[in-house]
Amino acid sequence: MTAPTLVDFDDVVDRYDPVLGLEVHVELSTNTKMFCGCPTAFGAEPNTQVCPTCLGLPGALPVVNRTAVESAIRIGLALNCDIAPWGRFARKNYFYPDMPKNFQTSQYDEPIAVNGHLDVTLEDGTVVRVEIERAHMEEDTGKSLHVGGATGRIHGAEYSLLDYNRAGVPLIEIVTKMIPDTGGRAPEVARAYVTALRDLIRSLGVSDVRMDQGSMRCDVNLSLSPKGSGILGTRSETKNVNSLRSVERAVRYEMSRHAGVLDAGEKVVQETRHFQEDTATTRSGRIKETSEDYRYFPEPDLVPIAPSAEWVEELRGTLPELPWERRARIQQEWNLSDAELRDLVNADALDLVAATVDAGAPSGDARSWWVSYLSQQANTRGVTLDALPITPAQLARVIELVTTGELNNKLARQVVDGVLEGEGEPDEVVAKRGLAVVSDDGALIAAVDEALAAQPDVAEKIRGGKVAAAGAIVGAVMKATKGQADAKRVRELIIERCGA
Amino acid sequence: MSPESPSSGGAITRDEVAHLARLARLAVTDDELGVFAGQLDVILGAVARVGEVAADDIPPTSHSVPLENVFRPDELRPSLTQEQALSGAPAAEDGRFRVPQILGEEQ
Repeated sequence: MTAPTLVDFDDVVDRYDPVLGLEVHVELSTNTKMFCGCPTAFGAEPNTQVCPTCLGLPGALPVVNRTAVESAIRIGLALNCDIAPWGRFARKNYFYPDMPKNFQTSQYDEPIAVNGHLDVTLEDGTVVRVEIERAHMEEDTGKSLHVGGATGRIHGAEYSLLDYNRAGVPLIEIVTKMIPDTGGRAPEVARAYVTALRDLIRSLGVSDVRMDQGSMRCDVNLSLSPKGSGILGTRSETKNVNSLRSVERAVRYEMSRHAGVLDAGEKVVQETRHFQEDTATTRSGRIKETSEDYRYFPEPDLVPIAPSAEWVEELRGTLPELPWERRARIQQEWNLSDAELRDLVNADALDLVAATVDAGAPSGDARSWWVSYLSQQANTRGVTLDALPITPAQLARVIELVTTGELNNKLARQVVDGVLEGEGEPDEVVAKRGLAVVSDDGALIAAVDEALAAQPDVAEKIRGGKVAAAGAIVGAVMKATKGQADAKRVRELIIERCGA
Repeated sequence: MSPESPSSGGAITRDEVAHLARLARLAVTDDELGVFAGQLDVILGAVARVGEVAADDIPPTSHSVPLENVFRPDELRPSLTQEQALSGAPAAEDGRFRVPQILGEEQ
């Protein structure tokens, strides 16, 4: 296969309007699966969380998990959707061994939530309203392992191995309407939407929304329309987009690739493509089956779901403070400017700072640690901020040690480094590395006398009243104590010893 | 039963039968395509007669028992053991179901 011709991004934006659509799958963190009582925990031994229902054995009958329906309704409400007063599940028929039933139970033309929106804030503060077409309930598929062949890919594989632990785990699929008029900001809008959706669902407590573990997955639909023409192009659907950064990169790549196809006078093929994390490109998958090919029909083994208005209102009452409400409150409580709040959100540090404040730290100190030093550490290690091996409570303790004067800033960073290196709790790192600020006058006086003796000319100046010269001695003492002395106390002692 | 084809949609073509057979992963011979096309036509014709009496205000029946909102609480039930789960499988490996090569598709 020849490599696709890619058009320079700015050139694409000059001549085409991108039209975005995003489909996000969220695995619910219920105790049990959608239609049976098997557990949903991640990482168990293969095929140990399965039963006749999720294995599709003859005679087994599904029963809907009430909590999963409640989570779906709460997601719908948080996205400002209308909740359908009546709806059925449907069978989506296809032959592929990731579902042992040979169909996936889903919702087709009667989704539980429709017509919502989510307001998304971009990095510069611009707000884009993303319209939500629908959110529907379905079940996750099993996991395939392709054996043989060079690449672990399905092509060339000799056979495949199936683990059905994940088959039947409740999924909510959230589909946007077409998002027009984003121009060169399409990649950023896509990323900001998925981020906002993740934060929203996390606040509801209905899913882990961990893209790295697959509990949140994103498909990117993209087409290009010649600028100003209003003519919709053919779209591609890119799957396997498993990080926020990749959402942005996938949109960018597909825009360049579509433009290359269209510039050559060819037609974009409607197909599923797979995002390649290592190269930030997409690779052609199967030609998309049309929805007729799935031969959807109402699931006869499940009765319709008809949420009463009372039930829906009761669930609306359980919605927590939503992310945008929380941000507004925090901005006021911490007295932040719009830009300061945005920095915090863009660094993905808001939750961490809030948790650090809850653990007793002042918000200013907590912000500065997470946004600067810890962000640098995360960057160096190539992990997200929340994946750093330090907890908000541990950081709060370090900040407390600085406040009480037991650590100075330099030592505090060493303590944080120690925690990051897995040396234990902050107090243990202080003890093991011997990092406490030396304010024991006995030890300090000895160091001060030594420094004064080593620099008699400076000592003479101080004795003569030139107190400013004390800086050189302070420096020498700090060096001698490896930065552990309390500099303020050292200065006082120098002046005392010189009788100045 | 009327021997004529249903008035709606017209006759089922051999191509449509071949397409449906592919979706259902059924191997159908060339002769069978013609046979099934004729048989499917008759079946659809019979079903289409229902449409003649059902008015627009009568929705298609999907469930014959008027039940709604049958739920179970989100409580764990015992799963099968891995051995039990794999006991009916023609082939298994590393605690997983082993299936033949999956051709031509990728999901």
